[in-house]
Amino acid sequence: MEDCYKGFVDGVWSREINVRDFIQKNYTPYDGDDSFLAGPTEATRKLWDQVMELSRQEREAGGVLDMDTRVISTITSHGAGYLNKDLEKIVGFQTDKPFKRSLQPYGGIRMAQKACSENGYEVDPEIVEFFTVHRKTHNAGVFDAYTPEMRACRSSHIITGLPDAYGRGRIVGDYRRVALYGVDRLIEDKQHQKDSTRVIMYSNVIREREELSEQIRALQELKKLGEIYGYDISRPARNTQEAIQWLYFGYLAAVKEQNGAAMSLGRTSTFIDIYAQRDLDNGVFTEEQIQELIDHFIMKLRLVKFARTPEYNELFSGDPTWVTESIGGVGIDGRHMVTKTSFRYLHTLKNLGTAPEPNLTVLWSVRLPMNFKRFCAKTSIESSSIQYENDDLMRVTHGDDYTIACCVSSMRIGKEMQFFGARANLAKCLLYAINGGVDEISKKQVGPEYRPITSEYLDYDEVMHKYKAMMKWLAQVYVNALNIIHYMHDKYCYEKLQMALHDKDVKRWFATGIAGLSVVADSLSAIKYARVRTIRDESGIVVDYEVEGDFPKYGNDDDRVDEIANEIVHTFMTYIKGNHTYRGGVPTTSILTITSNVVYGKNTGSTPDGRKKGEPFAPGANPMHHRDSHGAIASLSSVSKLPFADAQDGISNTFSIIPDALGKTIVTTGDLEVELDLDETEGNE
Amino acid sequence: MVSGRIHSVESFGTVDGPGIRMVVFVQGCPMRCLYCHNPDTWLAEGGTLISSQELLEQYQRNAPFYRGGGLTVSGGEPLLQKEFVTDLFTQAQARGIHTCLDTSGIAFDPDHPQQVMPLLAVTDLVLLDIKQIHPQRHRQLTGHDNRRILEFARLLDQTGVEMWIRHVYVNQQWNPPQDLMALGEFLGSLKHVRAVDVLPYHTMGEVKYQRMGLDYPLKGIAPASAQQAREARQTILQGMRKARREAAQSEVSGKEQRGKV
Repeated sequence: MEDCYKGFVDGVWSREINVRDFIQKNYTPYDGDDSFLAGPTEATRKLWDQVMELSRQEREAGGVLDMDTRVISTITSHGAGYLNKDLEKIVGFQTDKPFKRSLQPYGGIRMAQKACSENGYEVDPEIVEFFTVHRKTHNAGVFDAYTPEMRACRSSHIITGLPDAYGRGRIVGDYRRVALYGVDRLIEDKQHQKDSTRVIMYSNVIREREELSEQIRALQELKKLGEIYGYDISRPARNTQEAIQWLYFGYLAAVKEQNGAAMSLGRTSTFIDIYAQRDLDNGVFTEEQIQELIDHFIMKLRLVKFARTPEYNELFSGDPTWVTESIGGVGIDGRHMVTKTSFRYLHTLKNLGTAPEPNLTVLWSVRLPMNFKRFCAKTSIESSSIQYENDDLMRVTHGDDYTIACCVSSMRIGKEMQFFGARANLAKCLLYAINGGVDEISKKQVGPEYRPITSEYLDYDEVMHKYKAMMKWLAQVYVNALNIIHYMHDKYCYEKLQMALHDKDVKRWFATGIAGLSVVADSLSAIKYARVRTIRDESGIVVDYEVEGDFPKYGNDDDRVDEIANEIVHTFMTYIKGNHTYRGGVPTTSILTITSNVVYGKNTGSTPDGRKKGEPFAPGANPMHHRDSHGAIASLSSVSKLPFADAQDGISNTFSIIPDALGKTIVTTGDLEVELDLDETEGNE
Repeated sequence: MVSGRIHSVESFGTVDGPGIRMVVFVQGCPMRCLYCHNPDTWLAEGGTLISSQELLEQYQRNAPFYRGGGLTVSGGEPLLQKEFVTDLFTQAQARGIHTCLDTSGIAFDPDHPQQVMPLLAVTDLVLLDIKQIHPQRHRQLTGHDNRRILEFARLLDQTGVEMWIRHVYVNQQWNPPQDLMALGEFLGSLKHVRAVDVLPYHTMGEVKYQRMGLDYPLKGIAPASAQQAREARQTILQGMRKARREAAQSEVSGKEQRGKV
């Protein structure tokens, strides 16, 4: 143990599980440029060629190369798997070979079956029987408890994408703990937590004791996973290679156990850098060797794969795993947290070529060092693969050891988790308000039978009044459906390994989400500032709208409509908060349909802003397509007025720009004289 | 409070002056350049009245985006609304905002240069469009003589206002090499030119003509390439060097002559 920590500054982290303290006491901020970086080694090139070949085969096979249909995935379910054992510096796959997708039925056996059958495989009938008759799944539990109203909301798509048939994800274990402390120390800590629970057996104490036992079991299995690959991870890591390998075993155990909607990694680069810096200083590894370790680690993260259905992939536009890694940011003591390994992680986009996973996310601050900013810009230009998020905004709430789960959900690592909650379709809710709870597409009574609007032209105050009542109803059904979902997920598909890498008392964010915000804002603006005529079908249900005149549109930095958007978010959040949440979850919301906006739009009738039935919504908090006519900053400015306090789970704005529109480099002051002088001498020769 | 007739505001301007800028496009322009891609800014009657106050408030709200950038007034022709632009720039400069005037100079009156002096006093940079150096071709292209424009450039130079010159390259007929040389020689006689930008002619304005029911005057002329624009720029720079060499020589010979006397 002693020599594992040799050279590290000790502190609170030496006495308790506290990775943040370890990082703060030991990391070395790096202000230099990217010139120290090393290219790929021969081994890296060979392995990556092999991966590219397998990827090609996978594409040719229609998207899936191999699936497990017999072995239920657990932390220790499979033997060791390799690309090329002799070349891999970081090892471990989800199954016994790369590109083979594991079988994970605890979220729902039907989803697992479907994922197999639609890719041409069949789950072993005995397993199907087992998970249908003998062992209940999360999915079965949820549908036992759902009310008819919840089912109706689900099938009419006013609430969509609920994690009621698959793993909820969005939980990030503190995988760094495995490297820093070794598994034995973590088990000891969990045992101590179990020994010190309250002794009167209220149901929550019983649950706590059961969960801690599960967590301890998961940690013991984690040690076995190490043994399968020939490593003893009961003790702390001794060098960079071990630190990465230990950390990766922690993550690997999580993805062997959970097929979650987002399985993010955390904030590991600066942690790993402490080991890398020590090894460089002591001559244990060279820069090239360290980069190789990181390249091989990132390669493994790119090969995380799950068995999923085509519908799931349609909803998320691809086959995303959301292995998000958060890089950079600034510490609360004012030092930035960029290290050489922050560069090394981003450099994998060059060494291995560009890729969407892992989702490398830079926590951006105006106070990041200029050299790092330049390197980010350069790498972005070359790879288009870096995500940026506002550290200056999130640090205020989460401090300096938070991470991003999925695309924007921020949480403190090992201390906070999230109950993922998909999205409520606020645009459809507006149509329900107008039609008295009748669905505009199915014509069924889905919402409460409130009085519909009967006038030909829509009146803003009347619509707003009814809309608020309908939002209140929607918030109530939505939160309660989520209560059922998370209760059942905890019961039948508990993330025991990930939770073992959390503190005992975790804060649970109860994440809700909003779809269609800009449609609603523009619709209400049209009703307020233009004239909106209703077009009804034979039974009097409004099925279309005609807008007469112009109206302020969200996305143009125009307060008249931006304030409507703001009010909608705040009001809906207030209604969400008015409900009981499971396990004391703290309500939050997000506005971030990055890809599913198309599907939401498909299931929503015409709206009063002039959008026609089936047309896509704008993604996230974006203005509707082509309605922002004052340039990018006005558009961003409208988005930035949305209240982060109400939407702490994230606000996204998808923004693309052609390179030429970003300006010119040649026309800058001063260059002309230099140019004139230079060419003059050339011209005279 | 002074208001301007505004065609539109671009909140994320990256090609009209240094950095990221808020660009205010004013309504109304006397020029009828055949390649104009904003014919909707021609008529002086249109646009929306917006006060400098309002525009500056919008700027301030988004000020963090404009660090290193600033405020540009383009058009249309800003010199047609001198009072408004002067008021806007005065207030902007007072708040430390970099001001840039994008003009063709056509509305400058050489007989009353003092009229533009208050504006120039609050202008940090002028983007001056010189459409043609050749008087005849200038009339053909824009419907106006270029005397006022060249006078304006000289005034800017005497006043010490920094200039970025812009010139659209269409093709050999419209921009023959001797014209490019001549333009360069003219620019070489000025001391405050800080950049020369040659823009390749593009046809993206054509749809606007269709929408407005106008005939597109340069129909059939192909867009120029970036390479052609680069070459044209090199010719202009050659002209500038030539003019400077000659000026230096005549200065030397002037000194020599004086020495003899």
